[in-house]
Order: sequence, then structure tokens, then C-alpha cells
Amino acid sequence: MMALAAIVVDSLVYASWLFIVSIGLTLIFGVMNVLNVAHGSLYALGAYTAAWGVGMYVGGAPDAGYVLLAIMLVAAIVVGVLVGILIERGVLRWVYGRDEIVIVLATYAVFLVLEDVMKLIFGPESYIAFQPRFLFGTVSVAGIPYVGYDLLLVPLVALIGVGIWAAIHRTRPGKLLIAVIHDREIASALGINVARFFTVTFLCGAILGALGGALSAPLISVVPGIGVELIVLAFAVVVIGGLGSVEGAAIGALLVGLGRTAAVFFRPELELFVVFVVMTVVLAVRPEGLFGKPQTRRI
Amino acid sequence: MPEALLETRGLGKTFGAVVAAEDVSVSVAAGEIVGVIGANGAGKTTFCNMVTGYLTPDRGRILFRGTDITGCTVGEATAAGIHRSFQIPQLFPGLTVYENLLLSVGVFGHRRPPWWKPLVRPEIQQEARRVMEQYHIADSAETRVDRLPQGVRKLLDIAMAMVGGPAMILLDEPTSGISTEEKFDVMGNVIDALRSSGATVLFVEHDMDVVGRYADRVIAFREGRVLADGTPREVLENPAVIEHVVGRRPPRPTDA
Amino acid sequence: MTTLRNIRPTTAGIALAAAALLGLWPLLPAWAAHTAAVSLGGGLVALGLMILIRFGLVSFGQGLFFAIGGYAAALANQFLGITDMLVLSVAGIAAAGTIAWALGYIVRGHRGIFFAMLNLAFSMILFGILAKTVALGSTDGFSVGVPTLLGVAPGPEAGRLTFVLFGFIVISSALVAWMVDRILASPVGYAGQGVRENELRLRYLGVSARGAVHLAYIMAAKLAALGGVFTVLLIGHVTPEDTAYWTKSGEFVFVAILGGAGNVAAPFIAQTVFELVRTFALQYVPEAWQMLLGITLLLVILFLPGGLWSLVDRLRGRNA
Ligand SMILES: Nc1ncnc2c1ncn2[C@@H]1O[C@H](COP(=O)(O)OP(=O)(O)OP(=O)(O)O)[C@@H](O)[C@H]1O
Ligand SMILES: [Mg+2]
Repeated sequence: MMALAAIVVDSLVYASWLFIVSIGLTLIFGVMNVLNVAHGSLYALGAYTAAWGVGMYVGGAPDAGYVLLAIMLVAAIVVGVLVGILIERGVLRWVYGRDEIVIVLATYAVFLVLEDVMKLIFGPESYIAFQPRFLFGTVSVAGIPYVGYDLLLVPLVALIGVGIWAAIHRTRPGKLLIAVIHDREIASALGINVARFFTVTFLCGAILGALGGALSAPLISVVPGIGVELIVLAFAVVVIGGLGSVEGAAIGALLVGLGRTAAVFFRPELELFVVFVVMTVVLAVRPEGLFGKPQTRRI
Repeated sequence: MPEALLETRGLGKTFGAVVAAEDVSVSVAAGEIVGVIGANGAGKTTFCNMVTGYLTPDRGRILFRGTDITGCTVGEATAAGIHRSFQIPQLFPGLTVYENLLLSVGVFGHRRPPWWKPLVRPEIQQEARRVMEQYHIADSAETRVDRLPQGVRKLLDIAMAMVGGPAMILLDEPTSGISTEEKFDVMGNVIDALRSSGATVLFVEHDMDVVGRYADRVIAFREGRVLADGTPREVLENPAVIEHVVGRRPPRPTDA
Repeated sequence: MTTLRNIRPTTAGIALAAAALLGLWPLLPAWAAHTAAVSLGGGLVALGLMILIRFGLVSFGQGLFFAIGGYAAALANQFLGITDMLVLSVAGIAAAGTIAWALGYIVRGHRGIFFAMLNLAFSMILFGILAKTVALGSTDGFSVGVPTLLGVAPGPEAGRLTFVLFGFIVISSALVAWMVDRILASPVGYAGQGVRENELRLRYLGVSARGAVHLAYIMAAKLAALGGVFTVLLIGHVTPEDTAYWTKSGEFVFVAILGGAGNVAAPFIAQTVFELVRTFALQYVPEAWQMLLGITLLLVILFLPGGLWSLVDRLRGRNA
């Protein structure tokens, strides 16, 4: 019974984390058809910057309180906007209109560059920013103590998810965005500035990626290579739900979260294996993902 | 009545709420040239898609030479001898006209293409050139097909469909996108070439003059159903056909 | 992109290149011979990717078959005591061929990013298995002994890269490249162009596009496996991280794109460039090695979509 409760809570926490680190990826793909490998770098940069900022601040003032959270948020936005603009305006716009897979390769190139940029800026050592994690004390669920920060991720991420969903489906720009997703040519013929939508979407996706990293900074030790590991995990999450679908990413996160937590409990050596087996099965049977619609070509 | 080459019995196909085919029963005898007419969205292309195995009908059967081919794949229908051209030409856009035909002739009919012998052999090259001559597109041999005018693309599309010598060919709007003056030229050439190959022809066409001139028989579709089926005269003068198909100005061909 | 005309048999060229390499053996310093042999091994993997690129497909998981080849050889060596390089190569190819045949039924219907991702997922599954299975050496992998050929064993002082191993790698790479060259000029190769340019038309020509993709997938897998066997024999060690992890697959894609799909020589040239630059970069600017890769990849995508080989084509065009 206790194991069950623990699995449920752990899965939820882990799924929330997965959702926040992958949602930007699926958003960008859904609107722009760009599978952004550099999402892994944005995550890592967000984590580095947040950890560095927290470290700097904690050095000076002892009881930092909620300033730490503000630092993390600012770090995410700064990284997302700067790097996002750089990637979208500097690289992607030169390859729009080319093959989907060529665009993937271009973002992969950006990913490679950013990997080394991070090493140059932050060096090989690890950054640890545990302080924000203890801002909310511990909470006991079904007799098991949990770190408050971890549990708070669940409602926070749910809020972000609902916010994104509402922004797309309940606001005017969101409705225009749906038009852009549906048919770029018609949208631009109707006078919608598609290029602007692309830039803004990419920036939002980039900020979300960096935010995922910033929120993770207190949970992990920030070292070179975290982006490399993250991106394949995020791929699995968004592919399972259906590339480009926000609801899909949520389901994907829950499935992967549950699978991986269960594996950790019962057969830890299967941890990674489980994630990619689920991804494979979904891709093999329903490449458009659990939430995507299969497309038949009209001739 | 001679034995039917192609026969459909009660074909039906729905896409969500749209009925694209309903109880379509037609039969085409060997050697016939059948014109198919109908307004936009009447189900003409859907009919071609089902007969060639691109779509599986929800209901009904398709018989070719008396054999049931319902549920065949495109490859199997092609192997059986049913080929088609497309409303929007389906070419290999990065290659030249000659390369398009070379590739088509060289790979045609290999379910599992052989990997040990070179494709470019004298007899393949010769055949590709012959086809270009036959369809009067040899002048464009070295042009990449994504830079061709629509008329030549249409001809090449039909030429590629004729590779392998089909027993039956379905032409989906062979003259769409071609100017009115040129239509008869192009269609005349195509029909000549097809006749000399002995193929049975079914062509979808919006221009009633073209239909009247080249079809031995006409089938009119409306909202997925067969509205009329008979000699060109009978069908084109049928009041229901005039009201729903001919009477309106010929609909704009849809090749967006 | 390549047009049909670029497919032409280069039998003489391949034979010449192989003969030159063999003839140079006495003159080559050890590091150069090693680099050449390693480049042939990696080049084979990129050659397989090049076949897929001709079909319009990119696999982000070719490390899967590279690993299968490497591990098949290592396991056969470790547990069965087989040292013959010919037998080890055949073992690697057979293992990869069988697995690719089975997986092919799944991937042959996928295109574009779905093909890329599905293969990525396959390779990550294998990585997960290899890294966590103690019997397979976990993350440490295995060592492999010095190989023999048809009973010819190198002397104890000879070191790992003997003339026998070098010659074996050169000759089998040449043979394989020659075969691929022929295949690309055959109806299968052209069917690949058909898949890439317009699969619908290809199907209406009575060709099974899926069947052709399946065949190409198996060929690419066998090439990757042979490359894996060679690499393991040369390095003497195999780990999951250096074979099955997605970053390794990414490297192979990089090499294939850098070389271009114009000629079977292209992947080998690109792999050699890659190995040389890596050797120097790791020595002088180790922090900037991936940056170098990334920038090069961007430049190739933007300015040289046909890869390095398109430079050769351009030169030839000017001379002709
Ligand atoms: N793959 C599909 N998915 C959904 N609806 C389809 C599909 N193919 C056809 N339809 C619908 O079925 C109906 C018949 O279409 P079809 O293409 O057969 O018409 P058509 O007679 O060829 O018209 P046109 O003259 O415009 O070419 C149309 O309403 C069309 O929108
Ligand atoms: Mg139509």
C-alpha cells in the first residue's frame, strides 16, 4: 500500500518534471514543424544560469527566501529570449522551407555548438543550487516525507499546461495561431504575419525549455552533458503523446513518469529501457502519437 | 454485350460525413473509351483511387477480367494491368523528363527490384526515348520537370502511366490546366497513342466538348452516385445531367 | 541533391584507391595507418547512411547496428574464442542483417522524422540493455584480443594494427564499396530515388516502395555492423557509450552529410577528414571540438547541400 502511494506520488512528480522539460519541444513542433534538438541545450543553459545565479545570490545574503525563485525565473526568461532569438533569427530562418529532416540537422548543429559554448562559459565543474529546494520544507504524504518543492512542481506545471492550452484555444492570438498551424499559406494570404508567429512561438518554446532547466537546477547537479540526456527523454515524451500536441505531451509525461518510476521500484536496471520501449511501440503502431491524427494524402 | 474488362458492383466510400461514392456499379468493356463527368467533389477521383487500390472501398466489389481485385494494393492493381494518371501530375520533380522516363521504364513492375544489374542499359534508354517521342515531349528531354509548363507535365504524367503497357488506363483530368486551344491537340495525341497500344481508357474530364469528341461512352457522377451512363449523346442531353453537370459553366479544375 | 547522372560505376577508381593504400603501408607511420583503417570502418557506417539518404531517409540510430557489429565480434571473441577476423566480420554482418530484417518490417513504413526517431528509439533501447547488463560488460564493455586471419596469427611484437588486419580492412571495404556502387546503379538504387522524389508515383509503377526501403535498411545495417567489427578490432575495446548512444549515431549522420550522397567514395573521404580534424582538435582545442562540428554542419547545410563530393563534381564539370 505504501509502495503504491509512493509510486503514484513519485510518478506524478516525475511526470510534472517531464512535462515542463518537454512542452516547449512539442509547442515548437506543433506550430513550426521544427523538431528542435537544441531544446536540450536550452534546458542545460537554463539550469546552468539558474544555478549560477542562485549560487551568486546565496553567497551574499543568508536568508534568501523567494528571491531565489525570482532569480530562477529571470534566468529562464533571459536565456530563452537571447538564445531563442539567436537560433530562430540566426539559423532557422535560413532553412525554413527545406526538408523537415534538414531542419532537424540544423538544430542538431546548433546543439553541438551550444554544448561547447556551455563548457567554455561554465567550465567542467558541477553547479549545485539546492537552496530553493528547501524553501517549502517537507510534506508528508501517506506517511512518506516529501520535499515541498518537488510536490509543488505538480500544481505549478499543471497551471503552466492549462495556461498554454488556454492561450492557444481561448485567446485571439491563439486562434490565429491555430490558423497558422492549419495552413500557413492561407494564413499569410489572410494577412497574418506568419514569420512573427514563428518567432514568438520559438521564443515561448525556448523560454519553456530554459524554465524546465531552471526548475530542475535545485533537483540535480548541473554538469556538462545534462542536455544530451534530456533531449532523448523529451523526444520520448512528446513522441508518445503525438508531436505537436500539448495534451499529448501531458499523457506522454504521465506514461513515461509511471513507467520509469515503476521500473525504479521493481527493476532499476530497466529504467531507461522502459522509456524507449514505450516510445518504440507508440512510434511503430501510431507514428502520429496517441493524440495525433493519422494523415492520408489526397491525390 | 462483350465481356466486361472492369466491373464495379455497389462501390461505396465515406470520409466522415462526406459520401464520396455510393452504390457505384459500372462496367467497361475491353477497347472502350469511357468519359467520366461530374461536378467538383462528385467522386470521380475517389472512383479512380478505389479501382487502382489506393483506397479500399467501404462497400462493394471490383472485378478486373472477372477476377475480384477488391482490397488489392496499388502495386497489385498495377501488376494486374490497371494504370492511371493524376489530376496533379505525379512526377519525380528533381529529375529531367528523360530521367523520369528512364527511371520509370527501368524499375517498372519490379516488386523487388534486382540489385545486381545496372538500370541504364541500351534497351531501357531506347524505350525511354521512344516514349518521349510518342508523347511529343522529346524537346524537353533535358529539362527538370519542376520547371516544365503544365501541358508537358500532364503529358509526361500520362506517358509514365503508360510505361509497362497497361490493359486499362484511368486518366484523371488529362487536359486540366491546358489552354482551350491546345486541349484538342493534346487529347488527340494522347488518344492516338493509347489506341495504338490497345489500352482500354477511362478518362475524367470537365470539358464537355472534349468528352463529346473522344468518348465512346459517358458516365456522369453526382455526389458519389452514378447519375447517368450511356452514349455521349444520351448522357450529355439527359436533363438531370444538364442540370447538375453540364448546365453550369464547366467547374474550375481543382489542381491547387 | 544528386541527379541520376551521378550514379556511375567507379570500379577502376575503387581498385586504384585500395591498391594505393596497400602499397603505401610500408611508408605510412603507425598513426596514419591507424587513422586510415579507422576511417574505413567509420566510412562504412556513413556509406550505409548514404544509401538511406539516397532514399530520402536519415536514421538517428545507426549506432544500433554499429554496436551490434562491434558486440557480435567482441562476444564471439570473448565467449567462443573466435579470433579469425573473417569469421568475426561475418558474425557481425549476420547478426545485424537478421535484426535489421526483423526491425525492417516496422520501419519500412516510416518516413522523415518518424524514421529518424524510431531508429533513435531502437538504438536507445539497445544502449539501455548493454549499459545495464553485467553479462554484456555494462558500461565498461569488453576488450577484444588481437585477431587472426585464416590461421595467420601476428607475432607477439606486432601490435594491434598488423598488415594482415590493415589489408583485410582495405580489401573488404573496397569490395563492399564496389558492391554498393553497383547497387546504386541498379533498379534498387533508382527505386531509392523514386522513394525520395515521389513515392506515390513509384508505387504506381508497380514497385513496392516499402520493400525497397526494407532492402536499403538491411544493407545499411550490414554496412554499419561491418564498420563496427572493424572499429572494435582496431580499437580493441567496445563500450555502449561509444557505439549505441545517440551522440555516436549523430556523428555518423554528420559524416554522411559532410560527404554527400554523390559517390561511394564520399563517406570515406568525409570520415577521414573527420578523424584527422578530431585528432588535431582534441589535442589543441578540446573544448571547441563539438563547436567545430556544429559550425561545419551548418555551413554544409546552408552552402554545400551536396556535401564535399559536390566540390569534386563541380571541379569535374569545369574540366569537362
Ligand atoms: N482522403 C480524403 N479524405 C477526406 N475526404 C475526401 C478524401 N478524398 C476525397 N474526399 C472528399 O470526397 C468527395 C469526392 O472527392 P473526389 O476527389 O473524388 O471528387 P472529384 O469528383 O474528383 O472532384 P474534382 O472535380 O474536384 O476533382 C469530396 O467531397 C472530397 O472532399
Ligand atoms: Mg478529382
